[in-house]
Amino acid sequence: MEQGTIKITIDDKEIWAKDGQSVVEAARENHIFIPTLCDYKSLKPAGTCRLCTVKIGGRFVSACTTTVSNGMKVENESSEIKDIRKSLIEMLFVEGNHMCPSCEKSGNCDLQALAYRYQMTAPRFPFSFTNRRLDASLPHLILEHNRCIQCLRCVRGVRAKDGRDLFGFVDRGAKIHITVDKTVEEAFSEKTAAAAMAICPVGALIQKGGAYQTPIGDRKYDLHPIGSEIESNIEQSGGSHDTKS
Amino acid sequence: MGRKITIDPVTRVEGHGKVTIHLDENNKVTQARLHIVEFRGFEKFIQGRPYWEAIVLVQRLCGICPVSHHLCAAKAMDRVIGVPSYELTETADLMRRLMHYGQFFQSHVLHFFHLSSPDLLFGVNDDPVHRNIIGVIQDYPEIATKAVMMRKFGQEIIQATAGKKIHGTGAIPGGINKHLSEKEKNHFLTDSKTYNADIMVEWAQEAVELFKDYHRKNKDWIDGFACFDSNYLSLVRKDGALDLYDGGLRAIDSDGNKIFDHVSDQEYHKYITENVRSWSYMKFPYLNVLGAEKGWYRVGPLARLNTCDFIPSPLAQKEFEIYRAYTKGKPHGHSMHMHWARLIEVLHAAEVIRDILHEPNLYAGELLKTGTRTGEGVGIIEAPRGTLFHHYRVNEQDLVTECNLIVSTTSNNEAMNLAVRQVAESAISGQAQIQEGMLNQVEVAIRAYDPCLSCATHALGQMPLRIDVYNHKEQLVDQVVSG
Repeated sequence: MEQGTIKITIDDKEIWAKDGQSVVEAARENHIFIPTLCDYKSLKPAGTCRLCTVKIGGRFVSACTTTVSNGMKVENESSEIKDIRKSLIEMLFVEGNHMCPSCEKSGNCDLQALAYRYQMTAPRFPFSFTNRRLDASLPHLILEHNRCIQCLRCVRGVRAKDGRDLFGFVDRGAKIHITVDKTVEEAFSEKTAAAAMAICPVGALIQKGGAYQTPIGDRKYDLHPIGSEIESNIEQSGGSHDTKS
Repeated sequence: MGRKITIDPVTRVEGHGKVTIHLDENNKVTQARLHIVEFRGFEKFIQGRPYWEAIVLVQRLCGICPVSHHLCAAKAMDRVIGVPSYELTETADLMRRLMHYGQFFQSHVLHFFHLSSPDLLFGVNDDPVHRNIIGVIQDYPEIATKAVMMRKFGQEIIQATAGKKIHGTGAIPGGINKHLSEKEKNHFLTDSKTYNADIMVEWAQEAVELFKDYHRKNKDWIDGFACFDSNYLSLVRKDGALDLYDGGLRAIDSDGNKIFDHVSDQEYHKYITENVRSWSYMKFPYLNVLGAEKGWYRVGPLARLNTCDFIPSPLAQKEFEIYRAYTKGKPHGHSMHMHWARLIEVLHAAEVIRDILHEPNLYAGELLKTGTRTGEGVGIIEAPRGTLFHHYRVNEQDLVTECNLIVSTTSNNEAMNLAVRQVAESAISGQAQIQEGMLNQVEVAIRAYDPCLSCATHALGQMPLRIDVYNHKEQLVDQVVSG
């Protein structure tokens, strides 16, 4: 055992993790997929979407904000956890107005991809049919509030050159929605629009023009279902640490 | 005592419609109408959406001819971004045409074989339990198999060009988003000796012969059933050729005289107005120059083969010459000749598909062009059921502010109502007992127009045929259920 590494178990698999890592990071490095929507690369975890919900010590916790500890046992793929995640996805769908058939992000959307992975057919909850607006007043960026899942990725990950916030939330509760600080010059740039669309896991931030240019069949999740890139590396990296085998 | 007969819904058409036939005390028809009973509202809910989304969203009007709506909206949005469709790259033009002719091929095959052929192969009075596509499969397995394979071929062409067989995303403002691959080319041309573009041309020829043979044996019925004069409208190419993807508007009268010719798509609103009647959700368009009463016109295969001067593919042209000679050059007013014209178009589509697949620019070349943004665009295309109009206005924020759709079936509204009246008068008027076969004749007349009632009201589904008979006090006195 190297210094700073610890052993944890995810479902029936023992893996090595680095001290200080989140459960999501440790799982990813060991080719185990824990779904996330608000978690993004190097951004500090926010724990807003709860899609990474796992069971540790009999309690449900978000895996992106939980740090690994030696001997930790994580329940990730049980039918109970899967159903919780599926219901969370369903809630996100009914809470907004997600028209996948005509959405520019279709095929590249994390929420849609997770709905396929968790085999959502029809949501068990009633649609809220919230009346939300679409803001196209910026020259290069559309804020499609109907599709926003309030993950905070844009707020945390897209900033002005001087570090100032570009995106933020206004209002509270059911009325909460993202906004752009139009006093900052970068809010009007094409570069910001591209960065915002790239970081958004759904189709809430759309760069104007260029929609549907990637043909069906070549889109991100047409080629690789969500999670498969993490899981498929098992063989390439020389096998798993499955203690059961 | 007067009676009212309701056929609700009309079967073996796309969408929901009903027919009401009013009879007087002597069972004479006093009124017969085709009612379109659905409302969808696409023109309204596309408002406020980004213009590029319209191309993908509005095609959801239909599951049979989404490609027509997809491409028609794309042509309108080409204008919005300042690139008229005729200025697109050759690759984009070829890909879009291939998609469109694939759509024509599959849609026409679906209509003739799956929906209409039971009436022709078994007769209009055959038991409805047998008079359907399942009956065709049982009694004519070779025809049914070819029909299924032909439709599959058309659908696969759509998939290769638009990404999906139904509701793809191939066309985007200013062009297309992909080339055809060599693998796809080989699939359509050489991989199989029993399923390829050449075989489709052969089978399309057989389909034309099937109708011609039936026509020879049933001349009186085919020529006399719902035959009437009208005006006709379609797109034609600059040289007068049949062109299903692009061209100028040409309207002719019942003698073949041109009412207008080569009218730009952007000017359509100066030549056509839509009329509204209280008993139908479907509008009644007419040619302005002739007014609302006399200006109604027909669109679709019958109209196209009446308006065009020639068909630019050799085998279809040969059949076109036979078709034209039959009426000594005069426009065909026979509703049932719609099938004949439709099958000649199937042959033309098969030839075009085969030829385009050999074009090198389908497999390489620039996909997109850009131009100077405008605030408005009109797209017109020949959909399988006839001329289709999409008209959009877009604001400076890139959002659609106005949308007007004149769908092919809408243009045939008056003609279908006239056909219903004629058939009701000949088959039902004066009859004490109303038989199922008589009512089916009314449906046969409507079916000839291959109406897509879902598209026309900008709905979908299928229910059993119900006929309600009312007395003059609107009391239900009889009910027949079939289908």
